[in-house]
Amino acid sequence: MIAGLTDPFEALFRLQRELEGRRASDWLDDTTSGMGAYPPINVFQEGHDFVAIIEMPGMSRDDLELKAKGNTIRISGKKSIAYGDKVSIHRRERVAGNFDRTITVPVRIDPDAIKAELSDGILILHVPRAESDKPRTIAIT
Amino acid sequence: MATEQDLQAQEKRELQRKGESTIPARTFVPTTDIFETDDALTMVMEMPGVDKTNVDINLENDVLSVAGRIDFSKYEKLQPVYTEYNIGHYRRTFSLAPNRVDQGRIKAEMKDGVLTLTLPKAEQAKPRRINVG
Repeated sequence: MIAGLTDPFEALFRLQRELEGRRASDWLDDTTSGMGAYPPINVFQEGHDFVAIIEMPGMSRDDLELKAKGNTIRISGKKSIAYGDKVSIHRRERVAGNFDRTITVPVRIDPDAIKAELSDGILILHVPRAESDKPRTIAIT
Repeated sequence: MATEQDLQAQEKRELQRKGESTIPARTFVPTTDIFETDDALTMVMEMPGVDKTNVDINLENDVLSVAGRIDFSKYEKLQPVYTEYNIGHYRRTFSLAPNRVDQGRIKAEMKDGVLTLTLPKAEQAKPRRINVG
């Protein structure tokens, strides 16, 4: 597909990334159900609710699938890069491929009320805490 | 060949500056693809979070510089609980071969946080086929 890709270190680096990715993934681990480390996620708290901000430049709505169940959110999709025919590549730093990542939130959430917006290559997930999980003020009588 | 591999997160590369900047924000180098066809040089830069109104592209003395600014205001009310990547502005500078680019016809397009710059080649820089007479 692409001519002129002869970086002898690329294969080595890919292996290194795989090794590091394996350590970061849950393979042979029994805690979470997440796999892979892409896309990178930042999680913020906003009042009682959570906001996850995920960088995915070049992804459009159609390339992305979001699913929520219980207190997990699954983000999967495929990032593709089109170069067109008859091109010679001078520099190739962007990467394409499939991804599938599950994040588990440590609190009970309301999966039906999650809101997602994608703009400028940033996915913002508003994850509301379940009503039953919110702290309650107890009135002293 | 590499299209079907599983995507790995890439560490953002921070811009190495000669001097210090006046603003405390961090600046990163956008991940860039550069490829060439017979007619043009195309540069594709990933700047997630940058709106098209916040991109500055300058070409001066065959030095192309691209800067993208992030809107930090949406992070103001948010308290980080778990982080995996840094946020900051983007900046990158490229030296172009002199007189290779038709400077008047450069096109820029910003979509989904990806900037695509098309630099059409100047007439004298296009490949020519020479027939043996």
